[in-house]
Amino acid sequence: MSTKVVYEPTKGLTDSPLSYCPGCTHGIIHKLVGEVLEEQNLIGESIGVASVGCSVMSYEFFNCDMQQAPHGRAPAVATGIKRVKPNHTVFTYQGDGDLASIGMAEVIHAAHRSENITIIFVNNAIYGMTGGQMAPTTLIGQKTTTSPRGRSLDQGMPLRIVEMLATIPGATYLERVSVHDPKHIIKAKKAIHKAFEVQTNKQGFSLIEFISTCPIGWGMTPNDSLEWAKNTMIPYYPLGVYKDTREEREPWIKE
Amino acid sequence: MAKVLMKGNEAMALAAIKGGCDAFFGYPITPQNELPEYLSYHMQEHGKIFVQAESEVAAINMVYGAAGAGARVLTSSSSPGIALKQEGISYMAGSELPAVIINVMRGGPGLGSIQPSQADYNQVTRGGGNGDYHLLAYAPESIQEAVDIIKDAFRVADKYRNPVMVAIDGLIGQMMEPVDLDKPIDLDLQSKPWAADGHGAKRGKNNKILSLFLDTKDLETHNLKLKVKYDQMVSEEQRYELVQTDDAELVIVAYGSMARIARSAIAMARQKGYRVGMLRPITLWPYPVQGFEALASNVTHLLTAEMSLGQMHQDVLIANEGQRQTHWFGRTGGVVPSADELFDVIENIILKGGVA
Ligand SMILES: Cc1ncc(C[n+]2csc(CCOP(=O)(O)OP(=O)(O)O)c2C)c(N)n1
Ligand code: SF4
Repeated sequence: MSTKVVYEPTKGLTDSPLSYCPGCTHGIIHKLVGEVLEEQNLIGESIGVASVGCSVMSYEFFNCDMQQAPHGRAPAVATGIKRVKPNHTVFTYQGDGDLASIGMAEVIHAAHRSENITIIFVNNAIYGMTGGQMAPTTLIGQKTTTSPRGRSLDQGMPLRIVEMLATIPGATYLERVSVHDPKHIIKAKKAIHKAFEVQTNKQGFSLIEFISTCPIGWGMTPNDSLEWAKNTMIPYYPLGVYKDTREEREPWIKE
Repeated sequence: MAKVLMKGNEAMALAAIKGGCDAFFGYPITPQNELPEYLSYHMQEHGKIFVQAESEVAAINMVYGAAGAGARVLTSSSSPGIALKQEGISYMAGSELPAVIINVMRGGPGLGSIQPSQADYNQVTRGGGNGDYHLLAYAPESIQEAVDIIKDAFRVADKYRNPVMVAIDGLIGQMMEPVDLDKPIDLDLQSKPWAADGHGAKRGKNNKILSLFLDTKDLETHNLKLKVKYDQMVSEEQRYELVQTDDAELVIVAYGSMARIARSAIAMARQKGYRVGMLRPITLWPYPVQGFEALASNVTHLLTAEMSLGQMHQDVLIANEGQRQTHWFGRTGGVVPSADELFDVIENIILKGGVA
């Protein structure tokens, strides 16, 4: 009897079991990034930057050289790496507390300089790792451990990151995707492909924002979380390509 | 070799290039601006990287990234900027990454003043970052000494896989002196098999740069490994100069610009027949305790002189171990004392204090 391989785990990830909670979509996003690294033949030459958040251990999961950055500083760390290793693929993997709060300056200026790096930005509308506190991306009315009555307007309107970054001339490719169902997962993977191609073509800064779930922080079942991502998050954070200046962009000149 | 007349900050910048610096990341702050300005022009000529970061926080994290990828990296700043770099410095020490950090010190606390100061002594020697770590810290007294130290600092940082700080006060950064930049050095460029430089395929394994150890036992083991390096620095890297201490009864302990002032005050004292010398720390960490041990028994009085309010005096007291009578003199806030002023302090001790 011959066996047919129906599923093989991507070589873009290591064998280490992922540390995420059941139903957390961090795992899906890892898998997609790993597959793209493998399909674009980037595994053996890439340098990833892990951030601070539930994904801090991603340096154990991505099957390439990794550096762990201080909270929010991943785009600066990636800048340092890329400037001295311009012919290697450099990416960061960051949550929304990491990128949209403490690390806002670093991401804006990496985009502003059009650093030739790729940012994987995971927006789950909450601080997962520290126990479910309010993030800049937390929705109005959303209950968290530091907005126990639901986020109110005086705590700020949720920040839309790709929309904001789209105003920066240096940003080359920006897209918001979701991983709440198979159809969207396929789209999300295409977006990651594009982002890494931008980098390989030396066209500057690319960032993909993922609408992601946090069943633990949200206090929901995995299924309800997927529904909430679809029905509550996406209306406020519409999916789509927010910036694509690949056509106009000369290959990155900074080397 | 020919000496050239150069401003301290520019000479230090050129010294970094000569020391094999591959990349500079920094943010403007007085009184060190001439250093990045010089590099912004000259790094490119040498095919090297210069980036003006959006903040000191970003700059030190760029240093962290580039050092993790195996490059020889420099950043420079001044006191409030160095305060902001502490997070990255702690990460680098924890992840065992080499880098050189130049601190052209100014008055503090807070925004303070832009005048020369030594008030970052505690920040330099104790570190403002979290955790059990140390920086190897130098405090040169002249442009020539600063240049020689910086040229060699990248090698030292690589050797220990630890950040090295060069702390100078604004006076040395801003003044001009003839300096010889051509003294040959051994760059000692070694391969860095630990670097996360994107050669996983060639290497056959992934490299990881990190300072996270969730298991307390693992972190303790890691910290004890760091301690072995720090212990080695303490036994091998202490540097100091003894000036006219052979017959001295009173020895001034001073570093950086204060040591230059002390030289003049010593000359004045000697003219009056007072037997005064100096112990000049060149490393602030490790503190040159060996210099105190080298003093003969004729030295009965120590006078700490610093441009800060007793910060180094603490280390003098520790090094002295209660053996000699100790005195303290200092100015703060960017005030640079005159040699006359220091001489008066010396004379006062001698006339009152039973120094024969
Ligand atoms: C300087 C600093 N401040 C705060 C923390 C604590 N901290 C760890 S993770 C985290 C939030 C992470 O949230 P997010 O980026 O949204 O990622 P998630 O865990 O949701 O994936 C915080 C505040 C830290 N490690 N360092
Ligand atoms: S806390 Fe939330 S974001 Fe973190 S692993 Fe669990 S579900 Fe995922």
